[in-house]
Amino acid sequence: MNRFAKQLLPFCSLIFIISLWSFLEPDNFLSFRNFSNVLRRSSINGIMAAGMTFVIIAAGIDLSVGSMLALCGMVGSAAMLFLSGASWSQIAGGNYVPLTASAMFWGTVIGVLFGALCGWVNGTLITRLKLAPFIVTLGTMSIFRGITYLMNDGKPFAVSDYTFLDIGTIGPFPASVVILVLVLAAAAFLLNYTPFGRYVYAVGSNPETAFHVGINVPRILTVIYTLTGACTGLAAMITTSRASSAQPTAGISLELDVIAAVIIGGCSPSGGRGTLTGTIIGTLLISFLRNGLTLLDISTNVQLVVIGAIIVLAVTADQLATKRQS
Amino acid sequence: MTGELQMRNIVKTFGPVKALQGVTFTARPGTVHALCGENGAGKSTLMKILAGVFEPDAGEIYLDGQKRTFRGPRDALEAGISMLYQELDLAEDLTVTENLFLGREIRGRIPFILNRKAMIDQTVQQCRLYGFDLNPLAPVRTLTTGQCQIVELLKALMRKARIFVMDEPTSSLTEAEAQRLFEIIRRLRGLGMTIIYISHRMEEVARLADEITVLRDGAVAASAPASEMDIPTVVRHMVGRELKDYYPARRSNPGAVLFEADNLKTAEGIEGISFAVRAGEIVGMAGLVGAGRTETARAVFGIQPLLQGAFRWQGKPLVIASPADAIRQGIAYLTEDRKRSGLCTILPAGWNMTLPNYPRIGMRYLLRLRKEQTVCEEYGRKVSVRWSSPSVRAADLSGGNQQKLLIARWLMAQSQFLIFDEPTRGIDVGAKREVYQMLADLAEQGKAILMISSELPELFGLCDRILVMRRGRLVADLETRKTTPEEVMHYAAVEEPRR
Repeated sequence: MNRFAKQLLPFCSLIFIISLWSFLEPDNFLSFRNFSNVLRRSSINGIMAAGMTFVIIAAGIDLSVGSMLALCGMVGSAAMLFLSGASWSQIAGGNYVPLTASAMFWGTVIGVLFGALCGWVNGTLITRLKLAPFIVTLGTMSIFRGITYLMNDGKPFAVSDYTFLDIGTIGPFPASVVILVLVLAAAAFLLNYTPFGRYVYAVGSNPETAFHVGINVPRILTVIYTLTGACTGLAAMITTSRASSAQPTAGISLELDVIAAVIIGGCSPSGGRGTLTGTIIGTLLISFLRNGLTLLDISTNVQLVVIGAIIVLAVTADQLATKRQS
Repeated sequence: MTGELQMRNIVKTFGPVKALQGVTFTARPGTVHALCGENGAGKSTLMKILAGVFEPDAGEIYLDGQKRTFRGPRDALEAGISMLYQELDLAEDLTVTENLFLGREIRGRIPFILNRKAMIDQTVQQCRLYGFDLNPLAPVRTLTTGQCQIVELLKALMRKARIFVMDEPTSSLTEAEAQRLFEIIRRLRGLGMTIIYISHRMEEVARLADEITVLRDGAVAASAPASEMDIPTVVRHMVGRELKDYYPARRSNPGAVLFEADNLKTAEGIEGISFAVRAGEIVGMAGLVGAGRTETARAVFGIQPLLQGAFRWQGKPLVIASPADAIRQGIAYLTEDRKRSGLCTILPAGWNMTLPNYPRIGMRYLLRLRKEQTVCEEYGRKVSVRWSSPSVRAADLSGGNQQKLLIARWLMAQSQFLIFDEPTRGIDVGAKREVYQMLADLAEQGKAILMISSELPELFGLCDRILVMRRGRLVADLETRKTTPEEVMHYAAVEEPRR
């Protein structure tokens, strides 16, 4: 009953936002095209938020996902270009290079795996050096971004033929939305129907107890950060496809939106509490909020203020609910 | 009489629950008044009303014969009532002096500048007055729990407190610190203060109390001078029945040696520890706090790596490098601090039960939630956990039910060797008996049990043998039938004064 009540507030907020925009901007907002756009845009945040949900339930945080997104995009694109037989001067110069299908496939795989590697580095640093996740990922956020700029002197890699993840469809559905649904389903399965999911909750709720019942806490944490990295890698390839190029400036302050979605969805920053349903609602809430504000011609600067305020409100509501419980 | 406290016909209800139904309680100055009762009998509620935390539904509080109404903790403090809670309320990074003067600092002539010297001088003077041994400049973080309590007491004394409520003050003290606290309590009594002393430890009540009031189900079950009420009577009033068989009858029937530890040494200060536990045997482990009992358990359970030594299981060598290894072999460890290292308190009770057991209930890769619920209910019944369902949060269970939950966890794990560390700490008398019965039943089923306890009566009531530890070493292995509590205490503490 309580878990239900916890998602009720974000859910009602979502309904409220959708109703409000429908009322204010019925023509532009209430179109199939707009909804489809919002969902496609949500896919990037949603995939990353699925991973972040595990991190935050385990009482961690990953600030590096925005930078990691740019880095994975660059690595995946570079791989695609090389596999299509381009020379370094062509790649670096941003010339048009025709991409082969297999190069695009393997480039995508490499981008995802590279994300997993970045996440594994985060997890290993946190568990081996016993450092706070906040500190480690603050560091790697800067490191990943720096490497991204170093790769091509701050210039993007152009992959004009890489369009599938943006405009491609699987059946009648946009490919990115299908991927989002698959990732969420897999994450929900992992979190709710496997011992691993329970271990994530246990580690976040009380790491000492987790150790005492035989859970390999460092391994669980490393796996969690690696999974988040892989999700980020996947989101990076969708971002790259959308821009037809890998931009070294991609994903700046994206970690804000991702963490916000998870927190608004009811995950407790102190660990042990949260659900994927909540994360989905949180992601959609932010996407629709931004979409409506944009349609109303309200600047992105104001959007930042609004989203920040909502995070604080959501956490306050969470604290109040927790206090009433005890 | 001056300073007399009277609470008359106090009634307090929480929703449908009648926490207090007309309690009258009188405490005289210059006495230690013990307040006894099982958990939930209403002791805490009564004291929270005295401290102004709750307002009573009916009834009056009189101090010096004058009626008082406390609208909040501040009013009670000003009336000279001081609560010493189990969790202390000091600013850890400040020094003793800074804590004592927090919020009432002495200022110098220059605005905003504090007169540190005057404050330190006063602290020294106050310490001398009451005979406390405290360094006024020591940061509170560096003090022991016992010293922190003294700081709290001093703080209260400097605020002119006359009535001190102490709730289980010795629960986290070493034996020596507890002795020092008792001395201080006697000194305060000599100065005409009133001490209301809440404790589950009957030995302390017997030693300290001048008067005893027993609460049961929100009413006074008995109230008399300590000279007129002995401890068995107190216990009888607490539970409302005779406790002739407080400890279950046991047929001592040890089988083959199940587990052996040989010459253990760890970085936590234990050395040369060797012992064996047989199937069907309950082995007690006595010793003062800090003697290395918990540290031994931690070594056996793979929490602390061995520097030296070895284990054997049914005579065969056994390697334990982590709790996971120990659990796989059939060893269980129920820690002394359930909240810190036993439970995930914010997670459902059922999850807590199955957490180490997924492979054993056929869910190694995949959870089956419906089946999990059934299994939890089944094991919950075995240990008679009182819960509305396995999905309640572990935090919402009482201490006794949490302990039963943990026993159920290790039953499910089919553990053969169970280490209980202070299994009855913080649980009430009724639940204690159930835990004792469960320990006896486990032994009856042929499981080996190592029971660490600071309560000698329970060791003597249950164990076949008692191991005694002192300063990181195992100093005695005694058969319960052939030893006495005095002998155990002698081994546990004999070198203590020479330190």
